[in-house]
Amino acid sequence: MAKTSFITWEKRLEPSRALAVVVPVAAVIMALGVAAVFLAATGYRPLQVYQDMLAGVVGSKYGLSETVVKAIPLMLAGLGVSVAFRMLLWNIGAEGQFYMGAFGASWVALTFPHLPAYIMLPAMFLAGVAMGGLWAVLPALPRAKWGVNEVITTLMLNYVAILWVDYLVYGPWKDPKGFNFPLTAPFSEAATLPTIGGTRIHLGLIFALVAAVLLAVVLWRTRWGYEIRVIGESPRAARYAGIKIEKNIILVMLLSGALAGLAGMSEVAGITHRLQHGISPGYGYTAIIIAWLAKLHPAAIVLVSFLFSALIVGGYSVQTAGVPAATVSMLQGAILFFVLGGEIFTRYRLRLRSKEVR
Amino acid sequence: MENSIWIATLAAAITAGTPILYAALGEILAERAGVLNLGVEGMMLVGAVTGFMVAARTGSPWLGFLTALLAAGVMAALFAFLTITLRANQVVTGLALTIFGTGLSGFLGKPYIGIPLPLSFKPVAVPVLSGIPVIGPVLFNHDPLVYLTYFLVPLLWYFLYHTRPGLNLRATGENPAAADALGVNVFALRYLYVIIGGMLAGAGGAFLSLAYAPSWLENMTAGRGWIAVALVIFAVWDPVKALLGSYLFGGVDALSYTLQAATKIAIPSFFLKMLPYILTLVVLIVATRQTVVKHIGAPGALSVPYDREER
Repeated sequence: MAKTSFITWEKRLEPSRALAVVVPVAAVIMALGVAAVFLAATGYRPLQVYQDMLAGVVGSKYGLSETVVKAIPLMLAGLGVSVAFRMLLWNIGAEGQFYMGAFGASWVALTFPHLPAYIMLPAMFLAGVAMGGLWAVLPALPRAKWGVNEVITTLMLNYVAILWVDYLVYGPWKDPKGFNFPLTAPFSEAATLPTIGGTRIHLGLIFALVAAVLLAVVLWRTRWGYEIRVIGESPRAARYAGIKIEKNIILVMLLSGALAGLAGMSEVAGITHRLQHGISPGYGYTAIIIAWLAKLHPAAIVLVSFLFSALIVGGYSVQTAGVPAATVSMLQGAILFFVLGGEIFTRYRLRLRSKEVR
Repeated sequence: MENSIWIATLAAAITAGTPILYAALGEILAERAGVLNLGVEGMMLVGAVTGFMVAARTGSPWLGFLTALLAAGVMAALFAFLTITLRANQVVTGLALTIFGTGLSGFLGKPYIGIPLPLSFKPVAVPVLSGIPVIGPVLFNHDPLVYLTYFLVPLLWYFLYHTRPGLNLRATGENPAAADALGVNVFALRYLYVIIGGMLAGAGGAFLSLAYAPSWLENMTAGRGWIAVALVIFAVWDPVKALLGSYLFGGVDALSYTLQAATKIAIPSFFLKMLPYILTLVVLIVATRQTVVKHIGAPGALSVPYDREER
């Protein structure tokens, strides 16, 4: 076997900690570079675009508060998908679970408009969490029982959930006073989450931060969290240790969907105050990238959510200058590419070999 | 109900099933080589937009079609580099490819929204064959890209089960270490079939924007790439069954319009649009149970990166 390769990958005994930080940062910079090439090739001035994006985020109180506002659903959905990913359960359905959470909360707000706030908001919270969780359990059951591929089932349910909300807001729930726009009547005052200091930043931020802390506690301080981590690292070992994988698939998906559902609830109760068409600009998909970039770590998810939120807000601010909205999702995809490509360097060492023959 | 409505519906089923068929055939090749590429939706979108851009500028749908193959092939090569050489997680990399492809196609396609195509693929009646009653109008009055799949399916079937390179391909996905020991270049074959698979996904996308609905709309694939991935499981990685499955999905698509027109029942269109996705769910569950019962399943090494040193 005298096949010599001059470049070889040598496994590191310990994954490099320094590179675990360097790789994501480098990935963001390189993705900006790739997007710059596309921008330049289509006649934009990339540096100007990036500068305008940055100005749109940090240049005003509104830009900064919008960044926090958009980070809320990203954090919640990102925490949600990360807990499933830890078990190698590919919940790609956060988008649909978000829509169903928004639907559940809206159902409460529209059906019982006269509830006082102290009953209304908890009821909306529960309905949002329950609908999001249910929407994730639906594909979790066939996955746990028969091993049906959850990537596809969770994804298909995204389309169904979005069409369901569209049906409601274009049909039976349409606001008669809404000038034919696809949205419901506004919720009552009681169905509004409190906001901070005259901005649009709402209580959902506290939900998200508390969820991050609780998730960290569950993962590293409870038996259940230990089970989740063991299943994720070695399903076979988990089975030998007597951990019930099927039960955990359902429970983890329930939790995962509930968090995305909470994101939907906090968006209708905190921001739009009504259900409407296109209520998420793809939060559920961005959440996947955030979770991976943050290496599924709750605290890192909170931080990375702000970065991606800034990207979205910056993207909005340059749209008026004619830069397509899709630039942001292109940038997000490119970031994920570079992170994925860079990950090998944290696990392996690149060796250049001289002409030795084994 | 009149016969002609059913003939038209069956013909429409084939047209609506064709983009899914192209993508499913491509994914079968990649998965047979042991690589799960979930970027089909993204590659289809990039194929659709680049094909449309070139066809709109040059006036040649064929040139557009070739561009779509090339562009989606480049994306697949990127996926291959990340997953085969850099051993990145195939599931997440596939998602990244779809997210990137969705964004890229939206970015590139923005100036082309609402622009009509000067020349698109048009149905061509096959002489003699199209005259056969029922079968003729259903099967032989389509555009050239549909006819291309009539050749592609038997070709791939023969290739997979009756040729040496086809055997090598299956071995690569089933047991790469054994294939490697027999002198099959596992890495090269995986690259090759992932790229060809991507080109076929691009062809499916181009069919949408150049023949099915000659225009460019953001996210015009509407999940067909994902349906194609699900279909591969339903088809147990077999090109002929993929053809049947694709036409089944095309049929549901076409039937929803026929039903609405023929029965005059006002089913809200949102529910009709849900049908393909719900059907995918049901079919996937049934198909997975079947593969478990009959002990037939995915290629043995599907989605496992191959590492020579860990044989």
